Amino acid sequence: MTTTESGSYDAALHGPDSTGHFGQFGGRFVPEALTAALDELDAAFRAAIVDPAFITELDRLQRTYVGRPSPLTDATRFSAYCGGARVLLKREDLNHTGSHKINNVLGQALLTVRMGKTRMLAETGAGQHGVATATVAALFGLECTVYMGEEDTVRQSLNVARMKLLGAEVVPVTAGSRTLKDAINEAMRDWVTNVEHTHYLLGTVTGPAPFPEMVRTFHHVIGAEAREQVQELTGVLPTAIAACVGGGSNAMGIFGAFLDDREVSLHGYEAGGDGVETGRHAARFSGGAPGVLHGARTYVLQDEWGQTRPSHSISAGLDYPGVGPEHAWLHETGRATYEPVNDDAAMEAFGLLCRTEGIIPAIESAHALAGAMRLGRELGPDAVILVNLSGRGDKDVETASRWFGLLDGERMPEGRL
Amino acid sequence: MSTLHEAFAAARADGRALLIGYLPAGFPSRGDDVAVIEAMVENGVDAIEVGLPYSDPLMDGPTIQDAVQRALDAGTHTDDVLRTVEAVARTGAPTLVMSYWNPIERYGVDRFATDLSAAGGIGVITPDLTPEEAGPWTVATDAAGIDRVFLVAPSSTDARIATVAAASSGFVYAASTMGVTGARTSVGDAARSLVERTKARTVLPVAVGVGVSTGAQAAEVALYADGVIVGSAFVRAVLDAATPTDAMTAVGVLAAELARGVRGG
Ligand SMILES: Cc1ncc(COP(=O)(O)O)c(C=O)c1O
Repeated sequence: MTTTESGSYDAALHGPDSTGHFGQFGGRFVPEALTAALDELDAAFRAAIVDPAFITELDRLQRTYVGRPSPLTDATRFSAYCGGARVLLKREDLNHTGSHKINNVLGQALLTVRMGKTRMLAETGAGQHGVATATVAALFGLECTVYMGEEDTVRQSLNVARMKLLGAEVVPVTAGSRTLKDAINEAMRDWVTNVEHTHYLLGTVTGPAPFPEMVRTFHHVIGAEAREQVQELTGVLPTAIAACVGGGSNAMGIFGAFLDDREVSLHGYEAGGDGVETGRHAARFSGGAPGVLHGARTYVLQDEWGQTRPSHSISAGLDYPGVGPEHAWLHETGRATYEPVNDDAAMEAFGLLCRTEGIIPAIESAHALAGAMRLGRELGPDAVILVNLSGRGDKDVETASRWFGLLDGERMPEGRL
Repeated sequence: MSTLHEAFAAARADGRALLIGYLPAGFPSRGDDVAVIEAMVENGVDAIEVGLPYSDPLMDGPTIQDAVQRALDAGTHTDDVLRTVEAVARTGAPTLVMSYWNPIERYGVDRFATDLSAAGGIGVITPDLTPEEAGPWTVATDAAGIDRVFLVAPSSTDARIATVAAASSGFVYAASTMGVTGARTSVGDAARSLVERTKARTVLPVAVGVGVSTGAQAAEVALYADGVIVGSAFVRAVLDAATPTDAMTAVGVLAAELARGVRGG
């Protein structure tokens, strides 16, 4: 794949099986009308990833358009808040459009063109996937429609404006809970109706096969680069890796290159919202149960009747009641561990990174930073913790200003650190 | 009460298509769903699909989404659906459930099949379950003696149609168009060719759903299909009615029009 540094990625080692299952998870639970489109996509994906022309073009775009490889930053001042452990930030926030999302968008957009389709659909929560899709649609001259829950259009209004500037149509979704889950429902309905000329560019490692495997493959570059960079800088593999988990694409991207390194512990951080005990959270592993949502079997927030329960998080990008099936599998097999990080812990980490490193993270990524603070205190100063800084916080400036009470000319609460 | 097999055979002997009507349980309210369905049956609907309201109805357009949301807001659960099935089955009309997969899995696959059968239900239509994922469901429905109905779509290949039909019992549901449920001004040409392709690959009856809303459309579909399924048009009639009594009247008028349609008039 594009992972020139590692070059040895073997999908067979990492699942899914030939039917798209990761153990009991994954699969395809879709209206029959979508089966043909999923088969077409599967064939296009498998042909592309062994086609040198595709690999070369994706690699060229990653270097010249996205700015890959993204750097690794030694967060020496932030490290003081992580029990003195060495904290290394994989800087996906520095990618063009401001997050990891563009890695997957470029891959799928190239497939869209290869399949002869002229229109791309996307769902978006934080707006980062929508912005990345709108961006690449402009680059390739494709039509683009983005579905976004009405609640999210309000809290991420900057990204709505960006998508419109880029020429995309943004459709606010007023059904159900008006967040990411409902945007996915609407995108699926549009896709089933217009599937002949439209590709649904799903933005994370959820959904029916082949999406979880395909999206993870396009993000594999994150972990492959980081693995080289950490070893070059420190001479060793990291002790632990921390990533936030919405659907789980940035986490799968960075975990993927380390799955076989059993000595490296993998940690996913879900949105704990107001706290798992309050019921207002997006912690699928501690507060959900196996079920089927949006085309795959996975962990789902649901009530005793199998109705999806609404999720809650200060972070729009983590505010989703389902999770990628491969994470469900890594959870079940124990290869990775998943813990909730509440809104207040995430915002504390957000503020700390701003003031110790001069980096404003996305609130999603701040959940991983809070996880690193927890891990560092457990593991101590000898540990090397690799954090996937999945995005930058420009889109979150308003939310954070309100959180820290900065709207009426206040300073950050703790002043200088 | 007749089985689906007998119902289709009787309609065929009459030289007409079977008319199947859909309404979500708990809609327009938890008390009035059965009365509205009875009005459908009294005015010529042959078989009933009781919808199990689900929070994420991927295959449904705005009309059914709206109805289902009302049913959920009113607190309609799976056990209410089974009670509705029991009451509807007493009318003598073959009664099926239409449900997305997660509520069935959560209730318990075997338990759902058994309880539905005990309530007098004779089958289940599962719009987001594909034969590949249906292993335990096949065992459960066979054990409970109820039919399992899968869908084919205009985009289905011939090989795929053969797979879906082989996994189905009772009948095969042919989705008329690529898209979600909802009334349309015409039923596409795709439906006819899909039914022909399906009938070439199965001895099961084939019923057409999605988009049929008028007597004229029912008559057109009845020319080539064994069954005609109407959902959104009934839901629309209920949504537009001011009172439950008006809803029953409106549903009765529509049912009578559709019943004439499936008889070629
Ligand atoms: C910066 C950032 N990180 C993480 C996420 C969560 O998605 P995933 O779990 O797929 O990486 C989002 C989603 O919008 C995001 O914008």
